[in-house]
Amino acid sequence: MSQEIKEVPFEQALKKLETIVENLENGELSLDEALKQYEEGVRLADTCTKRLTEAEKRVEVLMKLDSGKFKTMSFEDEARSTKQESGKKKKTS
Amino acid sequence: MSPQDDKREILSVSDLTRNIRFILEENFSNVWVEGEISNFKFHTSGHMYFALKDETAQIQCVMFRSENQRLSFEPTDGVKALCFGRVSVYPVRGQYQLYVERIEPKGVGVLQLRFEQLKAKLQKEGLFDETHKKEIPYLPNRIGIVTSIDGAALRDILHVIERRFQSAHLVIYPVQVQGEGAAESLAGAIEDFNVLRSVDVLIVGRGGGSIEDLWAFNEEIVARAIFNSTIPVISAVGHEVDFTIADFVADLRAPTPSAAAELVLPLREDLILRTSELKSRLTSSTLNLIKTLKQELKLLKESRGLKDPLGIFDIQFQRLDELKKNMSATFKSFLRLKKESFLSLLGKLEALGPIATLKRGFSVTLKLPEEKVITAFNRVRVGDKIKTKLSKGFLISEVREAHP
Repeated sequence: MSQEIKEVPFEQALKKLETIVENLENGELSLDEALKQYEEGVRLADTCTKRLTEAEKRVEVLMKLDSGKFKTMSFEDEARSTKQESGKKKKTS
Repeated sequence: MSPQDDKREILSVSDLTRNIRFILEENFSNVWVEGEISNFKFHTSGHMYFALKDETAQIQCVMFRSENQRLSFEPTDGVKALCFGRVSVYPVRGQYQLYVERIEPKGVGVLQLRFEQLKAKLQKEGLFDETHKKEIPYLPNRIGIVTSIDGAALRDILHVIERRFQSAHLVIYPVQVQGEGAAESLAGAIEDFNVLRSVDVLIVGRGGGSIEDLWAFNEEIVARAIFNSTIPVISAVGHEVDFTIADFVADLRAPTPSAAAELVLPLREDLILRTSELKSRLTSSTLNLIKTLKQELKLLKESRGLKDPLGIFDIQFQRLDELKKNMSATFKSFLRLKKESFLSLLGKLEALGPIATLKRGFSVTLKLPEEKVITAFNRVRVGDKIKTKLSKGFLISEVREAHP
């Protein structure tokens, strides 16, 4: 488990999209600049929509092993393994 | 033994003091005394000096460094306490005092006192300062939850998140939230998350309970772990009224675990709506802009400049004509000036030239046949033919004589 967070924060994308919409609504941009911003706006809107609709629900349980390493398993698996001590190991790092 | 007695037994001050000390120590070796702490001094040596008093009496107390290091709170004036120790004498000052080994605060309760003292200490250190509060991400990618795996808090959090944002990614770190080792467990989990850096916000909490149940959240080690966390921390301890030290240090305090879940995630439906609204505004504003530009283009097409493009040349032609006219006039006057100065120069030249000299009566003599100007007598011999130029015409002569 070492996935660090790399994505552009959602809020930043949304704020940028808002700024672009405002710029375009002000109508003071050159055609070139407007089209460039429009393109970026569409890209940002898609990123935001994707972030909101495509992510899967995931509930994981993080465990520290005696070795000092970490193990994650899904919440459901963990609930099962506490009963029989042999839960599926999903990921180990 | 009366003062008149001849056989007086004389004691030194030290002996007397020693005797008193023996008596006191024998009778008061293990006593519990209840009183109010006053005039408390924590000496730089590490020893504590104070008095225990009630309405009518007081006794000096000392608690040595070796003993007071184990205290879970710092005694303060006005606190009612139960002290355990022995009574003895401080011979240097002839003072009897209680050598305290243990203190148990009474009244406010030991936990409350510890809470107040730690709160004051950490506040003084700046652990609660707003400037240290980190911003909670608006829509975290992954949420870390530090709580008991089978507690009500986790159940509440999962329930609220399910409602607000179905596609959330949660990482639960099961910890012990009460009892021996709970504080270490909580602090360790916060530190581990900071090593892994796999989440971008942390919820640390548990359900409600008595002050003893919540105590781990009042421990310094937990407070420091929260303060040192580079990942923003939302505290979610107990019921709304319970404030723990963890709540003061956390970047955001949620009154309950459910509230933490409300605070950590926006409503997904709201965001979907907002995004699609922005997208449609994006498109319509761009289309509007294009429409406006088209209109401007149309206006430009109908403008005089484009309708009568040669019109803009008229002025230029006129100007050109003017310039031409000016130029020839200037040139003419320039020529006249040049001619005048030339003629005047010519006049001067004539005045100096040989022709003018001849006119004045001088003549030039040339040797024939080569017509070379004769400037001295020895350039000719007797019998040579010479030509003499006059102002008008010339003479041919023969040299008869030549003299120096």
